[in-house]
Order: sequence, then structure tokens, then C-alpha cells
Amino acid sequence: MTDTRPPIAMLAELTHRCPLACPYCSNPLDLARQEQELDTDTWARVFAQAADLGVLQLHLSGGEPASRRDLEPLVTAARDAGLYTNLITSGIGLTERRLQALDAAGLDHVQLSLQGTDATMADTIGGYRGGFDRKMKVAEWIGTIGFPLTLNAVLHRRNLHQLPRAIEMAVEMGARRIEVATVQFHGWALRNRDAMMPTREQAREADAIVAEARARLKGTLVIDYVPADYHSDYPKRCMGGWGSTGLVVAPDGQVMPCHAASTIPSLTFQNVRDTALRDIWYDGPAFNAYRGTGWMQEPCASCERKTVDFGGCRCQAMAIVGDPAATDPVCIKSPHRDALTAQADAHAAASADLVYRIAPGKPVPEPAD
Amino acid sequence: MDPDAIPFLPRGVRLHHDRVRDAWVLLAPERAVSLDPVAHAVLSEVDGTRSLRQITAALAARYDAPAEEITKDSSGFFKALHDRRFLEVRP
Ligand code: SF4
Ligand code: SF4
Repeated sequence: MTDTRPPIAMLAELTHRCPLACPYCSNPLDLARQEQELDTDTWARVFAQAADLGVLQLHLSGGEPASRRDLEPLVTAARDAGLYTNLITSGIGLTERRLQALDAAGLDHVQLSLQGTDATMADTIGGYRGGFDRKMKVAEWIGTIGFPLTLNAVLHRRNLHQLPRAIEMAVEMGARRIEVATVQFHGWALRNRDAMMPTREQAREADAIVAEARARLKGTLVIDYVPADYHSDYPKRCMGGWGSTGLVVAPDGQVMPCHAASTIPSLTFQNVRDTALRDIWYDGPAFNAYRGTGWMQEPCASCERKTVDFGGCRCQAMAIVGDPAATDPVCIKSPHRDALTAQADAHAAASADLVYRIAPGKPVPEPAD
Repeated sequence: MDPDAIPFLPRGVRLHHDRVRDAWVLLAPERAVSLDPVAHAVLSEVDGTRSLRQITAALAARYDAPAEEITKDSSGFFKALHDRRFLEVRP
């Protein structure tokens, strides 16, 4: 496509390894093993290619990126490439010394995830005892070093009541931003809809809490909010539009337009081990599959919002309707919307145990039906 | 905003020349704000030592424009950056 613009952001999933086991983890069910991960030099080459392609923002993520022993040299390589470098972490695996080394390497920003606002909730959700206390320690070190901090609170039925406290904690930690993200039902979260789907009332209450806090904390804390999309009228503009602003590199080097794209079986992904990032971005079949609006079906094809939300999320269309080119079933214009609403209400009213994410290389457990 | 306050870019926010798009951007946590030449000229004056008043006076002299007009244009821009925590001020 000739009108494709360069990407702005790249998410580098350095590893799928993680000490936590969040039941909503966005990693694929089929996790990459450690021996499949790209090595330091390959990542450094990918960072340089990304900068040449026009990427400005690099997000180092996972899994838990601190599970990579070479995280410090990777940050150095990213900064050498001229990228704004953000670390997305649960905090587990970071020590004060490692944070100082990351500071010396030029790390620009830290995004710390929050599974709950107290140890009982956080450690239950993360499936890792002691995780919350450790995270609070890490937050303190981050503050001492002076890294700009974003707190990333992932919310669902079990912890949505903790939202006011999460916002308070962000202020106390000196964070400039908080991301209030309602769980998106992809990956592991899809198996946990009965256990985690928020109720419609919870979703409305969260809207109100966010609106009030935004007004009250203007100039102190920026609040970015991802509402519960099963309870919204229109879908999210996924990834800013497929293949338009961002790309994701998986631990094994596969390049995807979105972190959940591997759930679409018809797509073919290329790998940075043997193909240049530029060729993948401009000519890759997976990137061109849903770029722009040409691929759309009705009702998207003739909708006035088609360049606003680009028909929503392809992975959600795949997961729920079974057709990745269908209108996102969240949309009120989708013929599947009524079924989705009924489903969302049923999930919200159900009760189920959490199905935890597993460690890479272990068999996937069957969900508790 | 107080005209005698001194604006500065906090840690994690920086001006960056985007060589691929040949344009200036302000890089901040999770954001890249593209800057038009005016916005870039204004932000280039932010050095952490001069007040808003001194900065607008310098811009007025440089672009041969009335200081009130510059103040009007730049204060909205500074305020918007401040609200998003891309710019801090000290008294
Ligand atoms: S969501 Fe939880 S389990 Fe998944 S990578 Fe993040 S911290 Fe680890
Ligand atoms: S019909 Fe398609 S383009 Fe229109 S609002 Fe719904 S998802 Fe978006």
C-alpha cells in the first residue's frame, strides 16, 4: 500500500516468562519457551531497524521483561537507537541495583502494573504470594531514582471496587499517569469471563469515578481509561487502526499488528530473524490484511465511523463471531450485538474460579466450566 | 499560569528531531506530540531558568510580534502541556 505511514510505537515482548500468573494475561495460550527467545544482539538490531522505520516509542514488555538477564544492555541498545524507552513491568525481578543500572542505561519511563490495592487482592490475582509487598518496595525505589511513573491498574469484577484507592495510590507514589484498564477479553482472559466480567453497574460506576477524578486531579495525575467494551456502544479503535501506528514483536521474533493477532489462524506472520522490519511493515501479508477500510464487510463498509474505529478489534471479531473481517460484535450495529449483551450479562452474573496463566513450556490447563 | 513562574520539561519529556518524518516531536511517557514550527520555537525557549514572561518577551523580539499576542498564543499551549504533565513550573 502506498499510503501506509511509518509506525510510531513498537511493543517488544522480550519474553513470555513471568513470575506472576494473572488470569487475564494477554500473552497467547501457546507461550514461547526461553530457548526460542531472540538474543541480545538480535533485539539490538531490531531496535535499530525500528528507529530507521520511524518508530519513536519503544515499550519493553513481556511476560515480565525483568526476567531477561540482559534487560540493562537491551535498554542501552534501545537508547542508542534513539528510541524513547518504556519498561512495562510487574516489578518482580527488579532490585534497587537493577533499577539504578536501568537508570544509567537511559531508561525513560516505567509503567508498573497493579493487580490490586492490597496484598490479599493483588497476590490472589497475580497468583504470587509476596508480590504486592515487593511491588511497593519497587515503587519506592522508582520514586527515589526519579523515573517518571505510570501506574497501570487492570480492573475486572473482583477488584473494580478498588479503583478509588488505585487512583489515590498513584498520587501517593508520585505517578504522573494512571492507566485504568478494564480487562480486555483476549488470551487468558477469554477463559476467565465467568470469573472476571464486570457487571454493567460496575462499568457505569467506573465511568463516573474516572470522570470525577479527572476533574479533581487535573494537572496532578493524567488518567487514561479503557472502559469495559462489552458494555459500550461502539468498539475501541484497536491499535489505533490495524497496521497504522504500531507493531508488536513476540519473544521468538514474529511480528504482529497487535499482541492478540496470533489468534487469527488465517494470518501469516513474518519473523525478524530473516526479514527486515521495514519489509514486514509495508509488505507483510498480516499487516496488509486489515489495513485501511478495503477489507470491510457491512455494516462497517458503509458506516460513517469506519475511519474512526476501523471496525473495532479483529481478534474480538474472530473470537466471538468466528470471522476476523466481521464487524466487532461490541458495535451496536453488529447483528451479533444482542447475543454479546446477553453473554456479557450471563458472564457477569456467573461465578467461577480463576484459571491462572501457566509458565511457558507447561501444558495449558482446561478451564473450569 | 503565573507569568513569573519558570517552566521546565520534567524528566522523561524531551524534544526530539524525528529524522524519518523530518519534524520535531515532544516525546513523553506513552506519547509523541508532533510540533509545528511555532510550537517548536516556543518550546525551544524553555530552558528551566527563564520565566514565562521572559520567554514571551524573547519570542516577541525574535518574531517582531506584540508581546500580548505571543502571551495569548503560548499560554494556552503551556497550559495544555501542563495539564498533561508534559511541562512543569517552579515559582
Ligand atoms: S499480565 Fe500478569 S502474568 Fe501476564 S505478563 Fe503481566 S504480570 Fe505476567
Ligand atoms: S459498523 Fe463498523 S465502522 Fe461502524 S461503528 Fe460499528 S464497528 Fe465501527
